Amino acid sequence: MNSGRRRNSFKAWWLGNMLNQQSTLREKMVLFWHNHFATEMKTVDNPTMIYKHHVLLRQYALGNFKAMVRAVTVDAAMLKYLNGNANTKKAPDENYGRELQELFTLGKGPGSQYTEADVKAAARVLTGFRINNRSLPDVHGEFDAGRHDERDKQFSAFYNNQVIKGRSGKEGEAELDDLLNLIFQQPEVARFICRKLYRYFVYHHIDEVTEKNIIEPLAHTFRQHNYDIKPVLERLLSSRHFFDAGNRGGIIKSPVDLAVGLCREYNIGFPGEENYVELYQLWFNIQTIASQMQQNIGDPPNVAGWPAYYHEPLYDKSWISSDTLPKRTAFTDRMVSNGFARNDKKILIDPLQYTRQLSAPGDPNKLIDELADLLYAVELPVEEKQYMKTAILLQGLQGMASDHYWRDAWNKLQEKPDDAANAKNVTNKLKNLLKYMMSLPQYQLM
Amino acid sequence: MKRRQFLRNTISGVVLSAFWQGISLKALAGTPALHARHAVQNDERVLVLIQLAGGNDGINTVIPFDQYSAYTAARPNIFLPEEKVLRLNGFEATAFNPALVNMQQLFNEGKLGVVQAVSYPKPNFSHFRATDIWMSASDSDKVVSSGWAGRFLHDVYPQFPDNFPNEVMPDPLAIQVGAVVSTALQGPLFTMGMAISNPAGFYKLVEGKVNVNANSRWGEQLDYIELMSQKTGQYATVIKKAAQKVTAQSPAWPAAGKNSLADQLKIVSRLIAGGLKTKVYMVSTGSFDTHAKQTEADTTTGTHTKLLQRVSEAIGAFMADLQFLQIEHRVMGMTISEFGRRIKSNASGGTDHGAAAPVFYFGHAIKPGIVGANPVIPEKVNVNDNVPMQYDFRSLYASVLQGWFRMPVQEVQQILLGDFAPLPIV
Repeated sequence: MNSGRRRNSFKAWWLGNMLNQQSTLREKMVLFWHNHFATEMKTVDNPTMIYKHHVLLRQYALGNFKAMVRAVTVDAAMLKYLNGNANTKKAPDENYGRELQELFTLGKGPGSQYTEADVKAAARVLTGFRINNRSLPDVHGEFDAGRHDERDKQFSAFYNNQVIKGRSGKEGEAELDDLLNLIFQQPEVARFICRKLYRYFVYHHIDEVTEKNIIEPLAHTFRQHNYDIKPVLERLLSSRHFFDAGNRGGIIKSPVDLAVGLCREYNIGFPGEENYVELYQLWFNIQTIASQMQQNIGDPPNVAGWPAYYHEPLYDKSWISSDTLPKRTAFTDRMVSNGFARNDKKILIDPLQYTRQLSAPGDPNKLIDELADLLYAVELPVEEKQYMKTAILLQGLQGMASDHYWRDAWNKLQEKPDDAANAKNVTNKLKNLLKYMMSLPQYQLM
Repeated sequence: MKRRQFLRNTISGVVLSAFWQGISLKALAGTPALHARHAVQNDERVLVLIQLAGGNDGINTVIPFDQYSAYTAARPNIFLPEEKVLRLNGFEATAFNPALVNMQQLFNEGKLGVVQAVSYPKPNFSHFRATDIWMSASDSDKVVSSGWAGRFLHDVYPQFPDNFPNEVMPDPLAIQVGAVVSTALQGPLFTMGMAISNPAGFYKLVEGKVNVNANSRWGEQLDYIELMSQKTGQYATVIKKAAQKVTAQSPAWPAAGKNSLADQLKIVSRLIAGGLKTKVYMVSTGSFDTHAKQTEADTTTGTHTKLLQRVSEAIGAFMADLQFLQIEHRVMGMTISEFGRRIKSNASGGTDHGAAAPVFYFGHAIKPGIVGANPVIPEKVNVNDNVPMQYDFRSLYASVLQGWFRMPVQEVQQILLGDFAPLPIV
């Protein structure tokens, strides 16, 4: 079996899910949790485990966070990725015990004071889990009491010096729940996740005011609802703060946001399922583009996820480099000019189709206003719009009196679609306009 | 104006590289073209195209002075006073618009010439279509996607953009000062040009400045992307280096922001002097679409005067700067406009879309003078009367390619999609 091709096929399928989603948060949150509970497919290297792990993220994406942590802890892919399957009473492996606290629940913020002793204690609690792969499709994590450390586990002052009582036999598995109860008593867990959500949806920098007025109330909601994710998202995404003009456009699009967002914005027609070969290849093309811009879904850089979501001080600015920025513009240019082709199937922006949905495409001012509203999260300076009209749509003709040249060309296209020269003229101008608009830095923001 | 993406490398598409390799292998197989290609690659000659967008009124630009009474009859509301027009040494029959002071001087010094009544058979009167025809060098009834200068550059650098920039050509093949690279610079598959969005952006790049929007969250993000975009761009570094080599330019330039065309040309001369091997530069100014109130009651003032003053002053300063920078022998320039305007002025004191119009060409190495005769102004002029064509615009392109870039005639014919006799302008 060619595992590289299988991996690519899985990534293509995943990207297809993103392209075909309804207007819901699910795909966005699946990616959020993939980044949060980061695993690398190339390390897990087992298609069934990879798929089951992915299904788990989908299942809990908008569910209960505490239940998700429990499920992830005993998930086969995670057991393999962070060596949980090698964590035994004879040879405890601290890897998962550490990341559970550092990356998955408490973080490294000032409110997180767990100690190295806590890492060791957690690792001992988690001894005994291993991967059952006796029958391949049913591969899963399971608890093996014979490998479990049955002694008591002492935690530090951060955890109020609590002790997790050692349990024997099958009962040993319940120590995991004791551990999660211990961790989730810490108010820092809710804060840590809420900060991460805030950075994902609003802005990377959290100052004292934001911490006090936004993060703390969100974390309160999170705890009040026993770590259900939905109420937190509802509260954040329907807040005045979220819609405040000053807080919009504060995020630099991730490569996936850019690539998938472009395809969805222009409603780019992919082949139907009957042409699944071409369909998967074209999905994979888009996935590859995002990967070249440094976001390869399924294979984040390491267990911490992509630096854009955690690395101070750059955060999402780290998506933009002298390597990736030209690639972004090359991609948007390409989707306007040549797109991607597989056999006789092609994906490409159709500027005419896109423009026809607007209210008055023959009016160059309204055309540019509406395109700017659709393509940008932030206001464009008036001079910039004026410049686009004059330099691109009107080719240097200036003043209100010249607007009719565009209107005439547009109307002529509706009346005489067979006029090849006019059709080319209108199409080229729209292509130039879209290319230009997507090359402006504003297009990188959302 | 805040244009945040200054340098935009519009070379898109790498997918066709296999195909391009195929072409390049063919091209390297010892065709006669190879010699010419080397010649062009190694010489230092540069072409500067100035687009007068909107269709410049030729008759009020280059006045048929020998038919002054017919001229005033055809244009009772906008004709230029006999005593104000600018006379040309050795060419008594023709005069320049009073706004063209610098260009008159250049003409009299033998550094600027005129080709009369340039157009093409079956002229088109739509701005956009006519512009496409001029840029692509197509017949009036054919739609050609590539541009004439793009095909020329493709002929010289057939492998572009694969493995470019490289040692032979470290610089952009062509530079457009403007947001969108003109169709003229479009090659068969890729654009051969790169855009410098606007002069302000250029200076910010050279000086490493960015806009400061940091008072808002999005503005702070935007500033960062802008900063990165300056550091990016395959050619940003070479452009910056070239510009930084030139520390002084001629005092003849108007102050920044006073003359938008001069601002563009000032960048061009700086980059040429800075050592860029770029062959073609394109700048643009407008709008010459003077349907109404082309002049004030004093016909030496008003819209058209301002437009022509801008062109004349910019070309004058550019030529002075070329001399100041000691690169005058390397540069030839030409104005192009999609069409001229009707012989008869309209009731709104303007002129409507027309056919043939004069083209200006300039440089220290050109053959000066006036090619062709004044257009004939009928005694009783009709509203639809047009200036008939004397020279096909593609003959001008042929002159540039053959006479200035020294391309062999067969290749010129391929580039221009036909056989057009060069004119004695260079």
